[in-house]
Parts: sequence; C-alpha cells; structure tokens
Amino acid sequence: MSSLAAQRRHPASIVLVLLLGLVITGGLYALLAPSSAGAAVGSSSDLKSGKSLFLANCATCHGVNADGRENNPSLVGVGAAAVDFQVSSGRMPLSNPSVQAARNSSNVQFTSTQIKQLAEYVASLGAGPAIPSSKYTSLGGNIAKGGELFRVNCAMCHNFAGSGGALTRGKYAPNLMDVSGKQMYEAMLTGPQSMPVFNDTNLSPQDKKDVIAYLKNVKNEPSQGGHTLGNLGPVTEGMFAWTIGIGLLIGAAVWLGRKAA
Amino acid sequence: MTTSFTGPERHDHSEHQPEPGDHGRQGSDLINLGDGHHEGSGALPERFENPGLPEHVHRLGDDDPAAAKRSERQVASLFGVSMLATLLFVISYIVVGKGEIVTLPLIGATKALHVALGVTLGISLLCIGLGAVHWAKTLMSDTEVVEERHTLRSPDEDREGTVKILTDSAESTQLTRRPLIKYSLGGALGLFVVPLGLQLVGSLGPLPHDNLGVTLWDRKLNGKGRRLMRDPENTPIRLSDVTLGSVFHVLPEGIDDVQNPQDAKVKAAVLLVSMQESDIKNAKEASWGIQGVVAYSKICTHVGCPVGLYEHTTHHLLCPCHQSTFDMTNDCEVIFGPAKRRLPQLKISVNDAGYLVADQGFQEPVGPSFWERA
Repeated sequence: MSSLAAQRRHPASIVLVLLLGLVITGGLYALLAPSSAGAAVGSSSDLKSGKSLFLANCATCHGVNADGRENNPSLVGVGAAAVDFQVSSGRMPLSNPSVQAARNSSNVQFTSTQIKQLAEYVASLGAGPAIPSSKYTSLGGNIAKGGELFRVNCAMCHNFAGSGGALTRGKYAPNLMDVSGKQMYEAMLTGPQSMPVFNDTNLSPQDKKDVIAYLKNVKNEPSQGGHTLGNLGPVTEGMFAWTIGIGLLIGAAVWLGRKAA
Repeated sequence: MTTSFTGPERHDHSEHQPEPGDHGRQGSDLINLGDGHHEGSGALPERFENPGLPEHVHRLGDDDPAAAKRSERQVASLFGVSMLATLLFVISYIVVGKGEIVTLPLIGATKALHVALGVTLGISLLCIGLGAVHWAKTLMSDTEVVEERHTLRSPDEDREGTVKILTDSAESTQLTRRPLIKYSLGGALGLFVVPLGLQLVGSLGPLPHDNLGVTLWDRKLNGKGRRLMRDPENTPIRLSDVTLGSVFHVLPEGIDDVQNPQDAKVKAAVLLVSMQESDIKNAKEASWGIQGVVAYSKICTHVGCPVGLYEHTTHHLLCPCHQSTFDMTNDCEVIFGPAKRRLPQLKISVNDAGYLVADQGFQEPVGPSFWERA
C-alpha cells in the first residue's frame, strides 16, 4: 500500500488512471445502455408482449383476433406504420368515439418500446407497410420539389401552409405544423381516417421526404411581416377586416363627428 | 351671403293665436296627465316652423386662450411624433438588415425590416391625420354657415345670343342650303365609329370555337389514346400502382408539348381513385374503370375549381371553393352544394405495356356551364 502511494507520482500512473477510467465507463455503458439493435429484431418475446398489450388495450374494439367489429376496422394487413402512427400520435386507444380521432400528443399512453412491440404484433398478423427508415423522415429533402408535390397532392385538404381545413360533416384535415416527419410519412403511406393512401409508387420515398422538408420549412420560416392569422386565408383575414378593421373605422367616424369640448 | 332661414321672428306668429287643437307645441298648452282622457282634434298645424340652426356653443378654446394654447401644443406634438416616426423609418431602412429576424410577442418570428418599416410609416401617417383632425376640431372656426344656391337658369339675353350664334353659323357654312354636304358629313362621321368599335370588340379575344368542349384527352397522340401521367412528375401509371384507397392526380401524356400547357391543364386535370369494385353502384362507372379504379375530371362543374378533397372512407369528393360534394360511388352525382352536373368520367383501360391509358376524351364538356350549354 505504502509502495503504491509512493509511486503515485510516477509518470506512467496518469496513463494508467486514464485507461482505467475509460475501461470502467465503456464497460458500464455496454452493460446499461439499451441495445437498439436487439429491439429492432422481432423476437418472439416482443411479439408476446405486443400481443398482451393488444389484448389489454385494443381488443375491446378491434376484436381479440384484430379482425374488426361492426364499425371498427380490422387491423390485419394495416402494417406497423399504421399502428405507430395511430398510437404515437395519441389517436389510439380512442378515448371517446367522435366524428374523427384527434391528434393528442399529451395522451400517448405507451412508451416507444411498447409501441414497437404493439406494431410488431399487428404487423405479424398480415403484411403491411413497415415503419419508415429515419433516412426518409429526417430533414434534407428538396424543399422546392416538396412544395410542388404538396400543392398538387395535399394542399386542397391541408391548406397551402399545412394549417389544415374542413371536410364534410364535421371531419377535418388536421394542422400539420407540429407533426413529426415520421408521422407525416406514415400518414401518407397508410391513409389514416378520411385521408387517401399515397403509396410508394404514387409518391416515392424521396418524394415523401421532400414533402416533409417543405412542411418543416414552412413551419420554421419567419412571417414576412406581421401576424399570419393562422395562415387560414380569407376566413381569418376577412373576420379581422370585418370586426377589427371596420370597428376602427366606425370609431374614427364617431370621433370625427363629435364636437370638441 | 344670405341665409335661407328667416330667423326667430316667425315664432311670434303662432304664439299670438293659440288654438284649441294646437297644444303641445308651446309651453303654456301642456297637457296635464292628471286630467284624464284627453281628446285630440287630429288637426295638423297649418305649417311647421323652421327651427333654424341650434344656438352656437363656444368650445373651451374659443373663450380660454390657455385651452387654445394647449390644443395648439397637442397638434404640434402629434405632428412632431409623425416627424420622429418618419425619421425612424429612414433610419430602420438604412440600419435594419434584409434578413434580420425578430421574435415578437403574439406574432412570433418575423422579418424585422418589414415590421419596422410598416410600424413607423403607419405611426407617421396616423399622427398627421390625428393632428389635422384635432386642429380642425379644437382651433379652426366652427361657426355654422349657410350658403344660398344661385339659380341655374341663364339670363334670357344669354340664351337668345347662343341660339343666334348657332343659326348664324349654320347660315354662313351653307349647311342648310346644301343637304349633300350635310348628309355626306354625317355618313363619314357615323362610319368612323366602326374602326373604334371594331378594335374594342376584336380585343375581347378569339372566338372559343370548340375549345370549351374539347380537352387534350380527345386529341390522340401518335394515333393512340394518351396515357395517364402523374402530376407533377409526368410519369406513366401502372394499374398495379393504384392500390386500394389511393388517389392520383393525373395529367394527359404530352401536356408539356402543346403550345399552352396551362390552358390544356385547366381542362384536362383528372383525379384517379381506387376503391372496392363492390362499392361502385353505377354500372357505367364500373365499366368505364378497371377493377374499381376510376378517373374523373378534377374541374368542378360549378365554377371550375379543382375538386380535390377526396375522403377515402365515404368516397365523397369535395370542392374546396363552395363545398360542392360528389359521390364517387355513384358516377360523381352531386349530393351537396351549388354544382348542378356530375363530374365527367374519363374511360380508361390498360395498354399493351401495362400502363393506364384514356380510350376516348370526355363525352361531355368539362367544367362550368357556358352559353351553349345551360
């Protein structure tokens, strides 16, 4: 002990201490870090826990065999992308049935691991679109091309700036400003609720990436001058002009017509 | 300057002869509510008095020099604020960079230059206006003035003089004696209207000919029906690409080779939809499509907006402009909104290479009504 203490000022000791520290850190990391590679592989234990999650949370409406009931769709063949979209956006499990399930990011009831297990279980029931690779859901697409595709394929429902809009009988196309790239991709791929499907032969993965890049750019773009009024076009602009604008004009007219004290 | 009102002296007239039915107008004849039922005569006074102008009331500044001085200072400071804002406009024009972004409460991230220029210019102009109005209201003379309108008719001697000049000149130019000149001049001047009117009518544009009834789908490409191409990629579509629940936005093949692609596009845009064949209720619709894949004109029959809001669960197709709704399971019958006619269907088939192709053009004009098609 005393000899070790005596040699603590040896030039080699600092190298040794450093090495020791690195080995401990690396070892602990390898031991404790969640292994992403392991989770990606559809192991039988994941399928099992996915099935138990499904039976506990989804089977009441979608049926024990996920084959649907009266108004509730069958989940055979919808694929992992549809499950990931519906559950990670907080739409499913549906809290109360209404015209349309609304995005509710504060009500996501499962961890990402559980969503993955659930998606794997549903995907095992029948082939369907898989969860997209992050290569196509991250930024970096062609914004100009994405804008063109968005205006042709999406803007009529989701509005020119992705602010959403009304459909028939209380249904609506949601606002896209706070939707993640992954969920946008999954929505195009699976066509949730009223939305039609935009499969990979219609909008290729690169096209979808461009559309996502365009929408992210719209969100981050500063307003050119003044309030956007929600980017809703003539509805809010007209309302502003008719209430505030005309109100100010009437106020000015009243002031002009009054005699000074 | 005279006044049209004859002043208060007329008031005396009625006060001297109070009549039984005349009460109410003068203080002495007031009806007391405690008198019980009071029979009115129903008679109107012979004439109503002109009440004249209300008495002129002085403003604070008219009598009090200190108040007038205060108003003067207020007006001057409004003009001063305007000058300051204008100077700030000039400064921000020079100083604030074009790309600078500022985050404001309520508004969020916005271009600093545009906000600075707009706000300073707005304040500058507003303060000029406020100052001018405040000046007019507190300091400028506010005495009521009445000006009598002069008679419009000219004096008789002027009227006679004008007639004399006209008859004299008709006489001296010999127009009255030489009708040949009169009529030929009339003809020349009359005919001169034609070139002016012709240009006006001619510049209304070419005659429509068959443009409203014919789209690019009618015109064969190399003798064959045009393929359905994705908009905007301009690539052909295979039947297998159109999976269930899909919607494709389609333009005819070769649209970029025509003289005015935009003109062709506004008539030939098509929506390609895939649904369960069993959902289709209309036999013609099913036979003009393939295995539940049908193509319809995207141009609304109301006023020609692109109909694009397709709900794949209800198969309703909604026009964004006026909410006309078409039922895609029943040959695009109108089920709601101002549109009067179904959307025209495009008959499609698969060619030898496996691509979707239009067999024929639309069998009726696309888009809104026009004069030959009520």
